[in-house]
Amino acid sequence: MLISKFKGPVTRAVLVAVAALLHSHVALAALPIQHWTQAGGTQVYLVESHGIPMLDVQIDFDAGDRRDPADKAGLATMVANMNAKGVAAKSGLPALDENQLSQAWADLGAAFSARSGNDRMSFSLRSLSYPDLLPKAVALAARQMGESSFPEAIWLRERERIGAAIREANTRPATLAAKAFAAAVYGNHPYGFETTEASMGRTSVTDMREFYTRFIHPCRAKVSVVGDVTRAQADVLVKALLARLPQNVTARCEALPLVAEVAKLTAPVTEAIAFESAQAHVLIGQPGYKRSDPDFFALTVGNYTLGGGGFVSRLTAEVREKRGLTYGVYSYFSPGLHAGAFTIGLQTRPDQAEQAVRVAREVLAKFVTEGPSDAEVKAAKDNLMGGFPLLIDSNAKLIANVANIAWNNLPLNYLDTWTAQVEKITAADIKAAFARKLQPDRMVTVVLGAGA
Amino acid sequence: MKHTLTGKFVPTMMMHRLPIPILSLKPDWTMSTLRGMLAVIATAAFWAFSSATAQTLPTTKLASPASALSPVVAAVQVQQFTLANGLTLIVKPDHRAPTVAHMLWVRVGSMDEVDGTSGVAHALEHMMFKGTPSLKPGEFSRRIAALGGRDNAFTSRDATAYHQQIPANRLEEVMQLEADRFANTQWADDEFKREIEVVKEERRMRTEDSPRAQLYEAANAVTFAAAPYRRPIIGWMSDLDAMTPDDVRSFYRKWYVPGNVAVVVAGDVDVAQVKALADKYYGVIPAAATPLRKPRVEPVQAGVRRLEHKASASQSYVSLMFKVPQLNASGWAEMSAGTALSKDSRDALALTVLSAVLDGYSGARLDRALTQGEGRVADSAGADNGLLGRGPQVFTLDGVPAKDKTAQQVMDALRQQVAQIASEGVNEAELNRVKTQWVASEIYKLDALFSQARELGSHWVNGFPLDASARLVVQLRSVSAAEVQSVAARYFGDDQLTQAVLVPQPLDPNRKPRAPVAGDLH
Repeated sequence: MLISKFKGPVTRAVLVAVAALLHSHVALAALPIQHWTQAGGTQVYLVESHGIPMLDVQIDFDAGDRRDPADKAGLATMVANMNAKGVAAKSGLPALDENQLSQAWADLGAAFSARSGNDRMSFSLRSLSYPDLLPKAVALAARQMGESSFPEAIWLRERERIGAAIREANTRPATLAAKAFAAAVYGNHPYGFETTEASMGRTSVTDMREFYTRFIHPCRAKVSVVGDVTRAQADVLVKALLARLPQNVTARCEALPLVAEVAKLTAPVTEAIAFESAQAHVLIGQPGYKRSDPDFFALTVGNYTLGGGGFVSRLTAEVREKRGLTYGVYSYFSPGLHAGAFTIGLQTRPDQAEQAVRVAREVLAKFVTEGPSDAEVKAAKDNLMGGFPLLIDSNAKLIANVANIAWNNLPLNYLDTWTAQVEKITAADIKAAFARKLQPDRMVTVVLGAGA
Repeated sequence: MKHTLTGKFVPTMMMHRLPIPILSLKPDWTMSTLRGMLAVIATAAFWAFSSATAQTLPTTKLASPASALSPVVAAVQVQQFTLANGLTLIVKPDHRAPTVAHMLWVRVGSMDEVDGTSGVAHALEHMMFKGTPSLKPGEFSRRIAALGGRDNAFTSRDATAYHQQIPANRLEEVMQLEADRFANTQWADDEFKREIEVVKEERRMRTEDSPRAQLYEAANAVTFAAAPYRRPIIGWMSDLDAMTPDDVRSFYRKWYVPGNVAVVVAGDVDVAQVKALADKYYGVIPAAATPLRKPRVEPVQAGVRRLEHKASASQSYVSLMFKVPQLNASGWAEMSAGTALSKDSRDALALTVLSAVLDGYSGARLDRALTQGEGRVADSAGADNGLLGRGPQVFTLDGVPAKDKTAQQVMDALRQQVAQIASEGVNEAELNRVKTQWVASEIYKLDALFSQARELGSHWVNGFPLDASARLVVQLRSVSAAEVQSVAARYFGDDQLTQAVLVPQPLDPNRKPRAPVAGDLH
């Protein structure tokens, strides 16, 4: 089969859309996302992309780490980890243990895995689209979605392995600094929960099955599909993927309980942790903002200047370029369903930690007080808008974007209007947004390993 | 190879800076979930190689007997040119999206350094961002960013590469900037004095605070007695302390000559236009002789080497490195000529298949035998075959002992798995499984423009043809069970082995950790 010109939506239309910002009217979407809801409540989002005979599917559920019970931190992550450890016998199909399951995936040249983040549990499928392979991959994924067996003996082993890895991680300066930071920023909020040997010790496969039953259901699924299928094929495929989950609509689709918000800090927190390492680790930050916040674009453009633009950011200029204090310094927000942390991070030689902290704080304070210059705003926009095609130039990047739109209930034309949203932002917008969101005098500062 | 709790640290390259996400979008889902051989096969391209005469070769159809996979056949042509000054240009059109990957590869890496100035290739990579007569320090990256691009660079043992990803209509500016700094890089001594401190922080981050990285560094120095792979890419700390600005300048003048360079452009481009731009910007760089390289051949190892490394850690870690043959340029010549491959080349391929049977997917042999079941000896276990590179290659087995198990038990178990294959062989299902994954990954790779560009550059560095990856997959698929059994029997004795064990040192409760300086934090 010849690789033909990419027939999907990522065409020169994107460039045209970018170039024609100031004259943009409602036009054909540059990146058409098809969306429909299936009878059982499953929401489907599709971008057709027929240039390569492959398919990516991502299924997201409100079953992320924030749904962990307080005494069982890590439950969602363990559920995701254990999902691939076997499927039960059902409807005449034999059980598959962890090895049979992974061999089956390898034999199809396909992959299926689950992972858990702060907010969502994601199941990801990548397969070739050949007619003799894709249906088998879908069928296997359906079994893994619907009949994951959560074998106890395997959990006991995994718990041991992960426990040993946790102990190892706790010898590393970066881990210890991050733990202290998360605890101080998040307090009791689930975003700050720490998976420990103790919390895993309280977690059973019964807990996992209950978690799974409660949160994984077709009516709760947001499914993104990017690749070599038509709409009709995608509809059939998604139904098949979820067909082995309980199909009863009424029983499991009531609204889930609200999760508490991240509390604001009322006073600065400073922690100096003694540690013997070649580098001191510095983390400065506070709760940030929610993804749904209208300040999203102002903060995104502003953070590029502060510490997100990599080599061209203020933090890099002051801490690395001018003073040679560090290899990497950065700032970022992590907006989610709740106000994920704003973080500034760097590592430096222990005797330089004090200076590095001072410089980072000065950069931050100045930025929050004054905002960016017009030149900086222009540079940020040039990069973000000019570089937009780089965000969507592969199926892998497309699926991440589509899933983001699906998850955050963004408009289907979000990618078509994205550069226009960036273009609107002014220096005053950024200054005001940062002043609303950040309080430099009330942040958490963790410094691990500093000293003469 | 998969990376599990082993956390095997293989610093194959140093990057100019950590990639930092610009936007808070989810990261790409990469192909790391596939157990394909991408890490081993330097490049994979399903296109016909075409020379400067723009001939179109028929594409290779791979019919897989055991599986139903009929791989995608691409009609895209990669073209290669040599400019008058000796610079190589490689262009791969890909019109899926209006973006381009532009890379400049220099065939010089840490292996070309000498004792006393280890780390200079990587230090030079850092200094290349510090200006030219027409650009201030840091200006290069600012300009690329203003074009909507992303830029970075990396240094490996074999090569140094500078790369940008940009909208397609910005290629000319990027080529102009890159050609300018390649030819004219210039900076004050002061810039070096600051930047070498950054490099030392990078070393502290990657090695000094990473026990497994320290083990790897020590193991390399023991495995290779004469071969320059014995030195770390980042350089020994005392060499960094002693490095001078002129060390870096003379390395630059010596190695950064057009004949030692390939420019790779992949993406939404027109070949003729790219050639014209290359002539305009790169073609004007004066030619200069490519330096002679001393062979520094590794003497044949004739006895086991063992080392321990003590570091603050909770888990032990073991690494077994066996010296093995590799696939090199003469192997490709054999393939092109249609003659039978040399024994060494064939063995190298079979070793790669062996590593995949052992560790090519979850639940492969090492996982199953070492990390599962009652009395399991390891928390993780891995296998990897080097296969390709300018320097000598090793086959690595590694693992992390399970609770209450010892490093020795893990090492014995790892070797036992190889011995079992030596005596009993592998079955057809296993062979087909790993081969199926290679074929599938060839197709998935078409979705990753930057990976394709990277592979083209990597093939050039090794002196391979541009369609090396496609040919490699054909060759790997031809490896038989008997060949896998045979290499398992011949290369895993003691005489070619370097065995390295990390001995974890618990934090000493009596040792007073460095206390924070009074008045540190206001």
